[in-house]
Formats: sequence, structure tokens, C-alpha cells
Amino acid sequence: MNNQPNNDLKSKLLADFRTSEERMNGASKSALHQIRREALNQFDRLGFPTVKHEEWKYTNVNSLIKEVFEFNASSELTVEDLAQLESSRLDGNVLYFVNGQYQPHLSKIVSPASQLTITTLAEAVKTTPDLLHQYFAKYADFQDNAFTALNTAFAQDGVVINVPANTTVEASTILRFVSDARHLNVASQPRNLFIVNTNAEIKIAESFRTLGDQASFTNVVTEIVVAEDARVEYYKIQNESDMAYHIGTTQVHQKDRSHFYSATVTLDGGFIRNNLNIALDGSECEAHMYGLYFPNGRQHIDNHTLVDHRKPNSHSNELYKGILEDRSTGVFNGKIFVREDAQKTNAYQSCKNVVLSNDATMNTKPQLEIFADDVKCSHGTTTGKLNEEALFYLRSRGIPKVEAQSLLMYAFAEDVIKKIKIDTLREQLERRIQAKLAR
Amino acid sequence: MLTISNLQASIGSKEILKGINLEVKAGEIHAIMGPNGSGKSTLASVLAGREDYDVTDGSVLFEGKDLLDLAPEERAAEGIFLAFQYPVEIPGVSTTNFLKTAMNEIRKYRGLEPLDAVQFLKLMKEKMKLVNIDQSLLSRSLNEGFSGGEKKRNEVFQMAMLEPKLAILDETDSGLDIDALRIVAEGVNQLRSPERATIVVTHYQRLLDYIVPDYVHVLYKGRIVKSGPKELAFELEEKGYDWIKAEVETV
Repeated sequence: MNNQPNNDLKSKLLADFRTSEERMNGASKSALHQIRREALNQFDRLGFPTVKHEEWKYTNVNSLIKEVFEFNASSELTVEDLAQLESSRLDGNVLYFVNGQYQPHLSKIVSPASQLTITTLAEAVKTTPDLLHQYFAKYADFQDNAFTALNTAFAQDGVVINVPANTTVEASTILRFVSDARHLNVASQPRNLFIVNTNAEIKIAESFRTLGDQASFTNVVTEIVVAEDARVEYYKIQNESDMAYHIGTTQVHQKDRSHFYSATVTLDGGFIRNNLNIALDGSECEAHMYGLYFPNGRQHIDNHTLVDHRKPNSHSNELYKGILEDRSTGVFNGKIFVREDAQKTNAYQSCKNVVLSNDATMNTKPQLEIFADDVKCSHGTTTGKLNEEALFYLRSRGIPKVEAQSLLMYAFAEDVIKKIKIDTLREQLERRIQAKLAR
Repeated sequence: MLTISNLQASIGSKEILKGINLEVKAGEIHAIMGPNGSGKSTLASVLAGREDYDVTDGSVLFEGKDLLDLAPEERAAEGIFLAFQYPVEIPGVSTTNFLKTAMNEIRKYRGLEPLDAVQFLKLMKEKMKLVNIDQSLLSRSLNEGFSGGEKKRNEVFQMAMLEPKLAILDETDSGLDIDALRIVAEGVNQLRSPERATIVVTHYQRLLDYIVPDYVHVLYKGRIVKSGPKELAFELEEKGYDWIKAEVETV
């Protein structure tokens, strides 16, 4: 039945799993490993999705699964190597992963242990198995998503953050995932788990970068548990190469009166699929989702978001914006579920796109499924060219066409960028956008 | 300064300007009047370089240069300014930032050094007084949520900043109450000088009480059908446009 060219990568992965299992001895009986095995079996059943799958209609993973990757290839990056990424120094807790492996010599944790515990997944497996047992893979559903199943089966490292109740983590936390594709095709499957307990507060950013011109594949899953009255700011920033494949799922679970505030900014990357799924499993929650994608060349950027209003009196608000150049393609799929119990829900969704070339394509699909009767929901998508009238106005004042276009595009993008509340991160992105507009 | 000869322009297959001839010298103010749909705004737009119109015949010389060969931004840098009838709202771009970019682009075109922040702010303060515009308005997004009067005042403020040789005011009086009209007119009058010229496009004579023209031209069906001294505007105010239409039809 599954006669697709993907069988190679799939069978390789299945075989890899069995081999590593044989080497585990007793550890293969652990609860964690049982989850991994279940996830692997599910991946085996699902196979890689094809465009016949409704959720993958516009995002064809065929070229990804034809590539041959070295998973978790070891790489010792030096501080000098990092300079090539031209990242500004960011304050706060900074954790580096290269090809999925933690790099302690590049990382720093400045927050006191009283404010948060931060460990790698590999470490947490040994030191806090109970915590993992309680939360790991409990939110990111691998029954329907082959990539989440794959990550759950294989993920070796990532970050586990636990913020105790009634604690505000003052410093921001930046997780940097670098694919070192200078010598060969590399793949990694980072897995993160953030537990933000009652009335706690944290700001976290995940950044994805590539070094080198070979192909890279990142399959990341992040689970975020936002307890009662907790507040989380979460930023996902992607500046990858044209040869980078990225599939990511961020799964958020919110309890009563919690706030989740996020921005997903994709400036570069070859083939990207971001899933942001938020379950509002409490009342009086707030969820804010902002997104900006700016593909050029033949880049493909797909953002799928899902907000599941399960309880009454919550509010979700979403604004995604895209600028598409050259032969690039973009996808926005925004689902909002309002369950029967979720009365007095207030859900707002908007997706606005500027398509600068006749060869670029944007596919948008808002999907509202509402089973409650007393709700306020609205959604809207627009896709068009730059405002000609505004362009003429700027030119009539002496601003040349190209600069006028940049000015308008920057203003369009800034609308999302200004939502980022970590100053250094926002300023860095502003510079990157300026640079991309200028080239 | 400006010589328009037999200018013809159309939008799609629709001919709008059917042979305009006009000579504007430095130091002069010309009023272009006429009933709705006569082509007044088209003339203003064609001079500023709006690309929606096709110029099918004729020529426009500005200080000896063929204006029709220049892009809108080049015309601005040569010293032409169009005050829009409907100034565009541009979210995310502040007036201050936009004007600084515009000024320095124009200076670059003219081979001048850019203004630094201090010089720019000093100039801005000076010109703000001229049109009585508030600082808070200028730090907001360009024209976004501005009232009609605020938008027009912002146009005149930009004009004061850019100090054009030829200003074209396209229905700047529309939507203004009498106080706003007076402030806008004062701004324009303060820029009057023997080196500059102004073309005032208007439907009503009202604005001409404040900006007194040297010449009045009546545009009708894409042609200038009558020209005269400022008194012609009073006559139009009193008698409307019907007698001009009748005169044209009998010819």
C-alpha cells in the first residue's frame, strides 16, 4: 500500500530504532522507552505524509525524504565558528545545540536555581525521570502526525525547563539550534519541554540557524505546559539556509487564567513547516499568536496553527503576515475549534500577505469549527501587491521606487516584529529584515 | 519655469486631457478651475508622474528638462511637489522618518550631503510653526487616523520642508473648514517667492480669497477654455460654470 519513494528513509529509520534498542539492554524496559516504541510503531503505520493528506496538501515532503542525512552528526563548534552566524550577543540564559547535541562550552545559564531548573533532555532522563514521565509526550499528539511520532521515537536531546510556582524568571532564555552542514547532510530531532507552574512567568526564544551549504533537516517538537495564572512568552526565530528542511511542532497546553504570547518569525529557510497548536484547556485564558514569513527564491514556508477553545471565557488573537518574493511559496492554515463548552469565546484571526512577484504563490486557509452558540469569532485573509497609491505617494516626495518599496515592506513586517518583547532579539530581527530588504 | 504644450493624456481608452497649453513663470500663482470631471486632477497627477495615465501627445518642459521622461521621484528631486487631494494613509511609517528619508534622497540627487539628525530637527521645528502642526502628529504613522484637516496640513508641512520650486495643490481646500483653510493658505503664502511658482487646482473660488492667483484658467472637457486675471474667479463664483460651458458649446 505504501509504495512511495519514502520507503528508503522510512525503513532506514525503523532499522536504526531496532538497532539502538538492542544496545539498550535493561533501559529498553523504561516507561520512556515504551512511549518511544509506541511512537515508532505509529510512525510505521502513518508513513511520511503525501499531498493527498489534507494537512499536507500544499507542502510536499518528497524532496526531503529523498535526501540522505547523517543523524546527530557530532560537531564541535568553536566560538569562532559561531561568529560566522553574525548573531548579536543576547543576554540571559543561552543554550547551544549543534546537530542536536548540547554544547556546554558555548552555553551559559545566568538565572539562579531558585527561579528555574534548566537541564538537557539527556540529563533529565537520568535525573528527573518522574517529571518526564508526568509530562513527556503527553501533549504533542503523535497519533496523527508522522513527524511528531518520529521525534518522539528518536529525540535524544533538547531542553527541559521547569519554573516553580509563583516565580518570575527575570532573564530571557534563548535556545539556539545550529545545523552544522559544512561537510555533510545533517539531521537532528530536538525535543523541548517547558513546564511553567502556577502563577510563574518566563520568556523563551528558540532560534534555528544553519552553517554551510549542505542539506540539513531539523524535526523539532516543543511542549509547553502553562499552568493556572502562568504567563509565557515564546518566540520561534528561523534564519536557515536555502538547503535547510525544518519541520516543527509547538504544542501548548493552557490552564485557567493563563497567558501565552508568541511570535514565529521565518526570515530564511529552504523548506519549512511550523505547527503551532494551542489547547485552551481552561477558562479566562489568553493566547496571542503573531507570525511573519518572508520567503524569496524557491523557499517554501508553511505555518499551520490550531487553537482549540475547550472551556468558556477565553480569548485568542492571531495575526500572521507574509511577504513573498521570486518563486517562493507560502502556506497559512489557521484552525479555530470552539467546543460546545467554550461559551463566551472570543477568537480573532487575521492573515495578510504581500506577493511581490507573479511567480510567487500564497495559499491561505482559515478554518473555523464552532460548536458553541454564544461566541465572537472572526477571521480574514488578504493577499495582494504593495499598495500602489502609497508607493506613488512616497515616490512623489523624492524617494526612489526601490527604497519606497523597502519602506513599505519594512512597515508591513514591523507590525509583527514590534510584538517581540525581548529588546535585543527584536533589534536583531529589525536589522536582519533591513538587510534582507536591501539585498 | 514650466511649459506645457498640447498635453494629451488618457486612462485606459478614455481621453481626459485633450491638448493643454500652459506657461508658468517663476514667482507666479496660477489657479486651475473647472467643473467636476474636467480633468483638473488628471493634469496635477500627470505633472507629478502618476503611472495610471498614458501621455499620448504633447510635451512638458520644466526648467528646460523634459519632465515626462522623469520618474516621479526624479521630478520631486527636480523641485516639483504635489499636495494630494486624498493623502494616503501609510501605517508603520512615521511622518518624521519618511520626510527625513525623502529630504536626504532629494539632497543626494542634487549632490548635497545628507542632513544630520540635529539639522533635520531644527528645520522641522521651524516649519512646524509655519503650518501650526503638532509634534505628536508627526511621530505617528503617516496620515493614519488623521482628520481631513490634519492630512491637508501635513501636506503643506511637507511642502514647507521640501521647499519645491513648483508646488501643485490638488483640491487642497476640499474637506477643510474655514480655520483650517486659512492656516493652509498662510503656509502656502509664506512660501511665495520670486523663485517659486504654484499651481492651485480648485473647484471653488473660496481658497483664492486666501491664495490670490496671478492667473485663472478654466479647464473644461480636457482643454483650457478660458484664461484671465484673478477677477475671472469671482465671475465663476457668481455665475457658476454654465456660461462657460455654453460659450464652448456654441464655438
